[in-house]
Order: sequence, then structure tokens, then C-alpha cells
Amino acid sequence: MSATNTLAPVSTREAAPPRPRWQTIVIRPETMTLVLLIVALFVASLLSPYFLDVGYILRSFALSGEFAMVALVLTMIIIAGEIDLSPAANMALSACLFAFAQQAGVPIPLAVLIGLGAGLVMGVINAVMVIGLQIPSIIVTIGTLTLYRGIAQVIAGDKSIRVPEYFIGIDKVMILGMPSTVFMFLVLSVVLALVLGTTIYGRQIYQIGTNEIAAKHAGIRSQRIKFILFLAMGLISSIAGILTASRLGSVRYDLGLGGELQMVLMAMLGGTYIFGGRGSILGTFLAAWLLVVVSTGMTVANISPAIQLTVLGILLIVAIIATNFIYSRTQR
Amino acid sequence: MSLLRTLLLRREAGIAVMIVLFCLAVGIAKPQFLTLESLRIILLLTPLILIGAMGQMMVIVARHVDLSIGSMLGFSAMVTGMMFKFQPEIWWPLGFVVSIGIGAALGLLNGVLVTLFRLPAIIVTLGTLNLYRGLTYIVSNAKQIDRQYVPAALKSMSQTSPILGIPWIIFMSFGVALLTYWFVMHTRIGRQVYALGSNPVAAPLRGVAVNRVTLMVFTISGALSGLAGIMYASRWGFVNPSNTGSGFEFQVIAAVVIGGVSINGGVGTVLGTVLGVLLLGCVAAALPLLGIAGTTQSAIYGAVILIALLIDRTVRQQGIASLSTRSRA
Repeated sequence: MSATNTLAPVSTREAAPPRPRWQTIVIRPETMTLVLLIVALFVASLLSPYFLDVGYILRSFALSGEFAMVALVLTMIIIAGEIDLSPAANMALSACLFAFAQQAGVPIPLAVLIGLGAGLVMGVINAVMVIGLQIPSIIVTIGTLTLYRGIAQVIAGDKSIRVPEYFIGIDKVMILGMPSTVFMFLVLSVVLALVLGTTIYGRQIYQIGTNEIAAKHAGIRSQRIKFILFLAMGLISSIAGILTASRLGSVRYDLGLGGELQMVLMAMLGGTYIFGGRGSILGTFLAAWLLVVVSTGMTVANISPAIQLTVLGILLIVAIIATNFIYSRTQR
Repeated sequence: MSLLRTLLLRREAGIAVMIVLFCLAVGIAKPQFLTLESLRIILLLTPLILIGAMGQMMVIVARHVDLSIGSMLGFSAMVTGMMFKFQPEIWWPLGFVVSIGIGAALGLLNGVLVTLFRLPAIIVTLGTLNLYRGLTYIVSNAKQIDRQYVPAALKSMSQTSPILGIPWIIFMSFGVALLTYWFVMHTRIGRQVYALGSNPVAAPLRGVAVNRVTLMVFTISGALSGLAGIMYASRWGFVNPSNTGSGFEFQVIAAVVIGGVSINGGVGTVLGTVLGVLLLGCVAAALPLLGIAGTTQSAIYGAVILIALLIDRTVRQQGIASLSTRSRA
């Protein structure tokens, strides 16, 4: 009886007051992304009235929709505390294998399957090195990035492989008034957001990224979940590669070259925490649109690709600094 | 016996054996590979990678990674080239000062971002890789520095030699390797790089100034990339905004990882890294002899990185002698 009396004031003094509800909702990296997106749209519409045309933005988005799809899965991998720098090279190799197979006379559906299968195999290679052999994913995927693009170069040489006429132009096919790549990106965003936000597996991904050892002790099969994530990464990269092949009409080994910057940038701008455990699909979704508006805006404003590269590099660094700052302020 | 055993137990033994086996295998197929001339070709392929690898080795030992070295090489080479172009009467060795200084400044910026904001080096240098490459286009206006602007004295460093027909830049690169050996083995701050990489938690408790060491390794990596930049101008005679140094980081990381530098930090020697560079040089020199197309180079570098990681993971952690002891046990 007396013990509870003496303990009660202590516990009230030590407990921090709960953060006001509006703060937990407003002070998040996703808010930063949304604000930036609105600012970017505003500035871009001053540059060119085209930016007030939804159709124009959708058509511009189709140009980097493939990267955006990969960035969604990359977000989940980063939340799980790993990273994958190889997807752009994976895109190139799957697309090259696909194009090479169909040129050799393999029917298109089978050639697509070959491309997708190759993407899965590349995902398995990454997964086995990272999970089975416990080598850090950073260095593994630097190695596989070089290897995959190198093999693509061996297959395609310096030439470009054409794909048949009827296979070209999937980005021109409209579904519900938007290019099909944009539609696929929307569907994938919703599905992955539901997986990450509402399912047990989704919560387990966050737990693995926050503290893998604790997650293992809590009975989470972290290796299995990470393996599935790397497999998904391989598969989505090969899909993105084949979609790019259809959009461009021909395949070269340098397809998607440097794409890893854009993918990582989308995840980082969306507030994914580079050390794992935090982030959301919504953030990456918004960041993908932000990036499209920024890069299309720069092209409209006649800024040379070289300066655009510089801007993207600066954006990446600023994005991680801002995200880290927000997390350090709002969470213990 | 015990001397042989200590030699075999060293991590470098495995890579030395690999070099010998590789050269013998190629030599059996193509006897002209085992001549002094091909040794000269191998050595000529290595100076840039060797210099870059010395910096990268320190960065990786300190548990970071520097992806931006290729762009730092390109940027410092470009600025130096433009200095030669617009100030042709300038004393040409000043180019070394400019190139190394610019490289050091870019490396310092990497280091500041990593230490001040506590960001992972991989993401920072992925950003600066593109940032510096973009800056190279901007300062050069996307124009190449052609052969006639690079001073003849600088170009001749790659052709004339003091002894044995071995050009100056090879001596310079091995000089850098020797200096690095002295630096990491015999200076206080050099040893602190290993202390930091072995245990980043314990190092500050033992009085290692973590931020200063981190800044230093990134600055050195940048400065050496700058040195590699002016040597690129000497070796190839031109500086191109898009080609110069592009993909350099993968060659260097491949060499460092083959050389037995552990990506978990704290482990790695200059000798191992030099051997790693030489193995890469042997592979690059053997390819045309064996009639393998140049387009396979990138795939081979990638495969070599992965194989080296596998070996590092399985065999080399106990040295090559552990194979025999393990099979006996």
C-alpha cells in the first residue's frame, strides 16, 4: 500500500508527456516530400504552363516509371536494413537477354519469361551472397552491379538489339486515361503499401531493420523475409528492364545506366531512413513524382543534362541530411 | 618449416599463389605471356589503379567506402588540363600541385559530409560521384582537352624511363605504395585508421579522434585520386569529361578486395593491395593475348570482386595453411 503511494509520483515525473497528436502526424519526412512536391509543381508551372496539364505530367512520368517501380521495392529493402545497388544493371541484363532471345527466334512470351527468370536468378545471387554468406549487401551489390552490366555488355556488345515493331510502345498504351507504366506503378504502390503497412510481414520488415538481433529473438524469420525481398527486387528489376526495352524499342548494354542514383534518390527523398527501420511506400511514391517534376522542369527550363546530374547529386545528399535531422528530432 | 608456415599463414599468400597460377596457365596457352615485354605491359596497366587503391584501402580499413574516386579523378584532371590549355606558359609540375589539391578538397567534402552529418559513406559518395561528374561537365563545357594542350614533358613521363625501360609513372606509383606502407605501419595516425576500423566503439575510448581520422582517410583518398588524375593526362594525353575516370571505382574496389582488405574494416595490408592490383593487371594484359574481346572486361572485374569476397569469407580469413589443417582435422 505504502509502496504504491511512494512509487506513483516517481512514475508520473519520469514519464515524458505524450507528443501532441498533430506533431506526430505533421512532423514526418513524408510531409517534407509533399511540401517539396507542391513547391516544385508551383515553380515548374511558372516555368511552363504545361505543368498544369495532368496529361503532360503523366506522360513525363512514363519516362521514369520503371525506376520508380524498382524504387518501391528498394524502399522495403532499405527499411529491412540492407541495400541493393544492382537493380539498374539487372534491368540491363534482363532486357539484353530478352532481346537476344527473341532475336534468336524464341517466341516473345518465352523470351519475356527468360528475361524475368534471369532477373530472379540475379536476385537469388544477391540474396545468397548477402544472407547465406553474410557479406555486407553494399559491397556485394557493387560487385554484382559490375558483373551484371558486364555480362550484358558481353551479350550485346556495342550494338543495339531491336525488338519487334508490335512489342514497342507499352508506355503509349493507355489504361484508365494514364500510360500503362504509370498505372502499373500506381497498382504496385497500393499493393506494397498495404503489404508494408497492414500485414504482419510488413511490420516484421520494420522490426528487422530496427534491430535484427532482437527481431530474431522475437521469432521473426529475418533471413527468409530478406531472401524474399531480394527475390522481389530481382523480379521487379527484370520487369522494369523489359518495360524499358518496350519503351525505347531497342536494347543496349547501357540501358538504365546510372539508374541506381535515381532509385536510391527516390527512396531517400521519400524519407526512408538509410540505417533501416523507418520509411514508407507513401514517401517513395511522393518522391517519385517530385523527382519527375524536378527533372522534367529542368529539361523544360533548358538546363543541360550535366547540370541536372549535379542537381540530382546535391538533392541526394540534402535529402539524407534532412531525413536524418527529422528523425533525430521526432524520435528518441 | 616454421618460416614457410608463417609465410603461408599470411593473407597475402593466397593472392600470390593465384597470380603465379594464373600467369602459368596463360603462359602454357600463350608462351609469349611469360616475357619481360608483357611484364612491362602489365606494369603499365597498373599505376592509376595502384594509386587509387592505396587511398581506397585506407577508406575501407576505416569501415567506409569511397565510390566517388573516379569522378574526383576526372574533375581534378579536367581542371588541371584546362589550366594547361589556358595558361600554356605555366611551369608544368605545378599541375601536380593543382590536381592533388583539388582532389584533396573534394575528398575533404566527402569526409565532412560523412563525419559532420553522420551519414553512411556509400550514399554520400554515390551522391558526390554524380555531383563531381556533373561539375566536370560544367567547368569543361563538355569539351575534351586534346593532346596538344597537355605539356610534352608531362606526357613523356609515361614513355621515358630512368632505368630498365620502366617509365616514371610506374616508379611514382610504387613510391606512393611505399609511402603508404610507412604511413599506415609506422605513424600514430596511420595505426589509428586500423584501430578505428577494428572497433569503432572502442577506438574513441582509447583516445582516437574518430572524426579527424575519418576526415583524413577521405582527404587522402581524394588527394590520391587527384594524383591519378594528372597521371591519366600523362598516360593517355587527353582528358575527356565523360570517359576520364569513369568506372575507375570498380577497378579499384576490385583490386582492394582481391588484395585481402576486409570490407568489415580493420584488416588490410599494402602488400596485399599491391598484389591485388598486379593480379588485375595480369588479367587485363592476358585478355587480348587470349583473344577475348575488350567488352568482357567489366564482367570479369565484377566476377573477380565476387570471387574475392567469397574467398575472403571462406578461406582467407585463416590464411591458406588453414586448408590443410582443416582437412586433417
